[in-house]
Amino acid sequence: MTSSLLTVITFVPLLGAILTLFPWGRWLGIDKDREERLIKNGATAISLLPLGLALMLAAQYNPSAPGFQFEIKVPWITALNVHYHLGVDGLSVPLVFLTTLLTTLGLWYSAQTIKTRVREFFFLFLLLEMGMIGVFVSLDLVLFYVFWELGLVPMYLLIGVWGQPKDRPQYSAIKFFLYTMAGSVLMLLAIIGIYLSVGTFDIVEAARLKPFADNFTLASLAFWAFFIAFAIKVPSWPFHTWLPDAHTAAPTAGSVILAGILLKLGAYGILRINLPIFPQAFKAYGLIVVILGVISIVYGALVSLAQWDLKRLIAYSSVSHMGYVMLGAGAAALAIGAQEWTDSGVMALNGAALTMFNHGISTGALFFLVGVIYERAHLRDLKMFGGLSNKLPYYYGLFAVTAFTSLGLPGLAGFWGEFFVFRGAFDIVRIWAAIGVIGIVLTAAYILWKVVQYVFLGQYDPHKIKHWTDPTTGAEGHEPTDVARFEKITLWPLVFFMVLVGIFPAVLLNYFNAAFLALLTSLAGK
Amino acid sequence: MSLNDLIFLLPELILLLAAAAIFILDLIGRRPDDPDTLMRPAKPWLSYVALGGLAAAALGLLPGVGQTRQVAAMLAADPFAIFFKALAILGVALVIAAALPYMRTRTPYVGEFYALLLVSAAAICLVVSAANLIMLYLAMEFLSITSYVLAGYFREDRKSGEAAIKYFLYGATASAVMLYGMSLLYGATGTTDLAGIAQALGQRGRADLLWLGGPAIILLLVGFGFKASLVPFHQWAPDTYEGAPTPVTAFLSTASKAAGFAILIRVFLSALPDLQPLWVALLALVSVLTMTLGNLTAIRQTNIKRMLAFSSIAQAGYILIGVAAVAAESGATAGPFDGINGVLIYLFAYLVTNVGAFAVVIAVENRSGKVEIKDYAGLIRRAPWLAVALFIFLLSLAGIPPTAGFVGKLFVFGAAVRAAMIPLAVIGALNVVVSAFYYLNVVRVMFFVPPEPDAEPVVVARPLQATVLLTGALTLLIGLLPGWLIQWADQSVRLLAWR
Repeated sequence: MTSSLLTVITFVPLLGAILTLFPWGRWLGIDKDREERLIKNGATAISLLPLGLALMLAAQYNPSAPGFQFEIKVPWITALNVHYHLGVDGLSVPLVFLTTLLTTLGLWYSAQTIKTRVREFFFLFLLLEMGMIGVFVSLDLVLFYVFWELGLVPMYLLIGVWGQPKDRPQYSAIKFFLYTMAGSVLMLLAIIGIYLSVGTFDIVEAARLKPFADNFTLASLAFWAFFIAFAIKVPSWPFHTWLPDAHTAAPTAGSVILAGILLKLGAYGILRINLPIFPQAFKAYGLIVVILGVISIVYGALVSLAQWDLKRLIAYSSVSHMGYVMLGAGAAALAIGAQEWTDSGVMALNGAALTMFNHGISTGALFFLVGVIYERAHLRDLKMFGGLSNKLPYYYGLFAVTAFTSLGLPGLAGFWGEFFVFRGAFDIVRIWAAIGVIGIVLTAAYILWKVVQYVFLGQYDPHKIKHWTDPTTGAEGHEPTDVARFEKITLWPLVFFMVLVGIFPAVLLNYFNAAFLALLTSLAGK
Repeated sequence: MSLNDLIFLLPELILLLAAAAIFILDLIGRRPDDPDTLMRPAKPWLSYVALGGLAAAALGLLPGVGQTRQVAAMLAADPFAIFFKALAILGVALVIAAALPYMRTRTPYVGEFYALLLVSAAAICLVVSAANLIMLYLAMEFLSITSYVLAGYFREDRKSGEAAIKYFLYGATASAVMLYGMSLLYGATGTTDLAGIAQALGQRGRADLLWLGGPAIILLLVGFGFKASLVPFHQWAPDTYEGAPTPVTAFLSTASKAAGFAILIRVFLSALPDLQPLWVALLALVSVLTMTLGNLTAIRQTNIKRMLAFSSIAQAGYILIGVAAVAAESGATAGPFDGINGVLIYLFAYLVTNVGAFAVVIAVENRSGKVEIKDYAGLIRRAPWLAVALFIFLLSLAGIPPTAGFVGKLFVFGAAVRAAMIPLAVIGALNVVVSAFYYLNVVRVMFFVPPEPDAEPVVVARPLQATVLLTGALTLLIGLLPGWLIQWADQSVRLLAWR
């Protein structure tokens, strides 16, 4: 069981995806409505399986044991020494869990809100889950690349088909695809380069053998090829321009997955590949990464501050939040080999990983919350809202917790990621960390001023939005209805994790800390 | 030549016999004094005779497996030739299966069509095994002339006629230029045997090589590049691909193109190894031009056949990367990214994918008569499986895993990186991004744009279904489990008189 657990988690979604394709309506003799409901509920139910198994994985994972666990390694393409090699360490376990959690919630939410082309939607969503989990558990570069690209295709279709027509979904979808693809083809060349240098595609082996150890130019080229591929996905300034379009155009659950998981794929790649395999190059260019991170933090927050579209605002806030991850990773790279900075480096990495998880939870929840209001008002213009705290108190409560998590209020999850990133980075890159702190102030500004104040505070004006839809019945009314039961079910698990990690960050730090300590110590030894 | 050597010619003989059989069987029952019998549609089972002939020819390859020798002084029997013969037979078989319903509704003269395709398969078999300039020229002309006829097969259709005449004019010029290049080589070395040429050139000084070999390489490349539709010898391709009957386009863009690559590799590697730095530089340049121009022009196309024509030009550019990055040392030390094996893997993957894509085009065209990209609007509603299949083929053409095209790209890019041709690899990689744009444009139209209100569901005939299914399955199989293809290609990088 231990060696096949990851395989099962990865491919159960594929099985589920294939199951959605069968003509159940004809086989069971039910009409189209009931068939669609069957597909919706079936897909959601199947996604509970990887979620449960991911919980089991997290429970059985032993943080104090070194190296990768639950490993499986069988030859795949013998001519190229490519293996089907899966395994998890302290970094990937929480991310696998995050993926399965957000997928299940996304499927559950979509089961209530997706009305058109149901079968395709649920097929693609499950396929997407397989691609994302696959990236987090792959320990072979070719396998990693295959899963990396596999996640791209379903998301392209999700944006293009189910996007809101006024958000230019077709344009956003192709932009998303081409940006990622431009990065990944360069990554492919670098993967080939690693193979030609050390004769293996294995991530663990490559990290041990250090490709291009004697040729800094080639090592730099390969480093940048990987880094740009991941920075596009993260996305770091200046590669971020696909993000606001894609996030805004995607259907709610698509935005949740985009912000919650797909961005993490890029950050994960930096921590999984760039840092262990090219430590020398990363150390040499660490400052550039730090600066890119700081620019992303400040720029993303400033642009968020200027948005009037709620969804676009949250999309840009992702650029800002992912900047913390870059800052932490860059600072940790600068700490390689410097004995006195090891602690700070590990803390910066812990912060980066915590931010990845927390951002997945909080921004995922924010996109769900945008979906909640959009399903009712059919618009997202901040100027059209106001005074909703009286009308939708439950919604206000959920939104407030999530928004405060996002701005890093102590006691909620978001705080710890930022705290550890800055605690680590301040030691290593003091000036840049100090500039980055401005981002926290700006985040508070756009969350409190733009979101909370414009949407919830002030006087409710019944003339601004005359038609409110009730998402459960589809009935039109003059008054907004508060959060429905299915929306509560979607949001409560996320709120639970915001609070849990907020008061007890050790649940995650247990996983991260040991892995990063081992990583930085091993790199220092080289 | 002993009679035993005939065993190496079994595929060619079987193909020609089957073609002759189809010609004769088609005539049975037609009387010159009765016009009705002349215009009567061909017997439907003739196509199965053709497929049977191809299957027999494939079996005929078996006795030659693993052997490397010169047959009748003119032909090479080596694993390299076997690979390309198998490729040609597979390609023509798929094209015939795809053509069944298409041809039946368009022309009564179906029998000759199958026979001509078989003859061109035989011609490709000769081209890819030619070991002598004379044989090479004859085989190339043989293939060209049958291809001209096939391109202009719908003689009532002006576009088909235009396709044939353009193809013919370009082809005649290209082959004349190529012949001039051959005469230079003969003049320089006094022999037409490829191995003999290599030997004679090996005794020359560097300056001689440059002055004799340089022009010869360029002139030969005109002929080979014409077949493989390399820029700048590609101008015939878009018009011919657009106008020719769609199954013929599928044939020209795959099996016939592969023949061009086969002969290019054989001549350059086995006759001109001493000039390798020269032709590597030339091919790298041509490769960059071919993929960049092909991709940039494909973006603007609105006709799917024309789009696929430019796409197939661009694909030729990627394949050429593998030739340009050929390993100078022997295969054992070059590792898995040998260059030539990448070309073979790519060509196989590309053949399966592209024939599949054209099979879908045939299916849509057969139903609606339309070949504009906008006519594919909402295909996912009208013919979900066809749309999904075309989606897979387009992903494969764009080189996205887990499809065959990814494996091909992995190997040609791998060869370029191994040969330290980083700029070539990067240009190739960026071209992949450009190509993704227009491939996905078709996907966009199929999946995102609602169908026209009057658009009917697309019903697909059985043999065509089989083609789409088989090519789709192979595309995914090669993408997921490429081991067998890699192994086969590695073993097929054994040419007569090389290394």
